[in-house]
Amino acid sequence: MANYSTNEFKAGLKVMLDGDPCSIVENELVKPGKGQAFNRVKLRNLMTGRVGEKTFKSGDSLEGADVMDLEMEYLYTDGDMWYFMKTDGSFEQYAVEKKALGDTVKWLKEQVPYILTLWNDKAISVTPPNFIELEVVETDPGLKGDTAQGGSKPATLSSGAVVRVPLFINQGEVLKIDTRSGEYVSRA
Amino acid sequence: MTLNWQPTATMGTLRERARLIATVRAFFAARGIWEVETPVLGQGGSTDVHLVSLSSLARTDKGQRKLWLQTSPEFHMKRLLAADSGPIFQLAKSFRDGEVGARHNIEFTMLEWYRPGFTLAQLIEETTALVAHVLPQSPGPVVYYRYRELFHRHLEVDPFTTSLVTLRSLAAERGNMSAQALAEEGRDTCLDLLMGMVIEPTLGQQELSVVVDYPASQAALARRHQDADGEWVASRFELYLNGIELANGYDELTDAEEQRQRFDADNAERRRLGLPEVDVDAHLLAALEQGLPASSGVALGLDRLIQLALGKTRLEEVLAFSTANC
Repeated sequence: MANYSTNEFKAGLKVMLDGDPCSIVENELVKPGKGQAFNRVKLRNLMTGRVGEKTFKSGDSLEGADVMDLEMEYLYTDGDMWYFMKTDGSFEQYAVEKKALGDTVKWLKEQVPYILTLWNDKAISVTPPNFIELEVVETDPGLKGDTAQGGSKPATLSSGAVVRVPLFINQGEVLKIDTRSGEYVSRA
Repeated sequence: MTLNWQPTATMGTLRERARLIATVRAFFAARGIWEVETPVLGQGGSTDVHLVSLSSLARTDKGQRKLWLQTSPEFHMKRLLAADSGPIFQLAKSFRDGEVGARHNIEFTMLEWYRPGFTLAQLIEETTALVAHVLPQSPGPVVYYRYRELFHRHLEVDPFTTSLVTLRSLAAERGNMSAQALAEEGRDTCLDLLMGMVIEPTLGQQELSVVVDYPASQAALARRHQDADGEWVASRFELYLNGIELANGYDELTDAEEQRQRFDADNAERRRLGLPEVDVDAHLLAALEQGLPASSGVALGLDRLIQLALGKTRLEEVLAFSTANC
C-alpha cells in the first residue's frame, strides 16, 4: 500500500496504526507560533470501533490500509459463521465471524444488502442499511383505536432485535426500523 | 456534480471584514504609521526550518529566476526601515505551503508593522491596543506570562533545565505522540508539542495573554537577552486570544553578521533534515550592513483576528475563497 503524509489525512482515509486498520475522522493542524507543526488526528480503529487521538509531526506518514467497503447480501448462518454474497453478480461468498458482525447480528435479514468492510480481503465489520423492514414475531396484543399517541411496548422482531413500538402494533406486522438508533419508524 | 464556485464566507461576513479592515487602517492613521505595499515575490525567502515556502519561476531581465512567495513581508519592510521609512504597516498577502486547517490557509493576510525606536514593551502595548480596537467587545485584561513560568505552572518542568529524556517522555504522554516518534527529537520539538497541545489552549481565556522570554533557540529574527534568572532568552512575544495565537513580535535583530549566521544555520539544518534550501535574502543582509534603526516589529494574523471578532469557528468563514476552492 501507498504511504500517506499528514497533509493527505482526510476524513475517511484508511491507514495502519499500531498494526490495526483505522479510518481518519478528523485532522487538525497544531502549530505553536514559530515552531514545529503537528497534526492532531482523530482515528477510528476499524477492529474495535473505538475512536482515539494521536499526534504526528507534520509531514510524517502512515501506511495506507487495504480496506474496502463492499455491498453484499446476507445468506444464512451455520451458528459459527455468517455468510454473505457479493451483489455484483459474481456469487462470491464471504464468511464473517461473530466478532466482526458485532451489533449488526440483531439486524440480519436474508437478501438484504449490507456493507462489509474488508481488510486484506477479510471481513472486519458489517454495517446494516439505515432502514430495514422486519416482522414482529412477538408482542402484546395491539390496542384498538390507539393510532396516534400514547405509550409504547416492547416487540421482538424476526431478526431477534427488541424495539419499542406503539401500542397499536400487532404480531405479524412488518415494521420499518432505523438501525442506527434502533427505533421504530413506521409500519412498512 | 456541479463545481462549488460560491464564496466560503457569506456576503454579510465579507462586508463585516471590509469594515474591520477600515478600522485597522484608521488605528494606524491616527498613530502616524503609514501604509506600504511590498512585493509578494522576492529573490530570497524565509529559511525558517518550520516554514515551507512556495516559489515561482519567472522570466526576468536576468533570465529565468526562481522567485520566492513571501511567508511574511518582513524582509522587504526591513529594507524600507533601513532606507529611513519611519513607522510603517502593511496588510500583506503571505504564503505558507501545507498550512491548512481551522486556523490556517496557505494564502493569508498578515498585518505587519514596525516601530523604529520602540521597545518590545511599547510594541506589546500597541498590539494589545490594536486588538482591543478591532474586537467588538473588550477581550479582557492583558496578562503577561514568561515562557518558563507557563511550563512550571502547567507541566511542572523547566523548559531550560529539565533533561531532554524527561521532556521527551512528557511530550509523548501529554501530546498523544508515540515515544518512538520523539526518540530523535531535540528540546525545541518537545517544547513546541507541549506548548501547542497543553499550554496554548489555556491561553487567552477571558484575557489577552502575552507570552515573553522564549528560549533563545526560538529567537528566529529577534534579538537575544539575558532574563532575570540569567537565562538567554529571545526578545520576542506572542499574543493569544481564545487559545489562538494572534501575533508574534520581535525586538528586531539588526546585526547583519548574526543574521547571516542564523540564515546559514537554518539552511544547514535544512540539509541535515533533507529539506530544500531557501535562497538567503542578500538584499536584506546588505540593508542590515548599511544599518537598520533599532526597531520592534510585529506580525499579526489578520484573518484570525477577524475570525475572532466575528465569532467564527473556521478561518474559511472569513475568507472570500479558501485555498480549497480558490
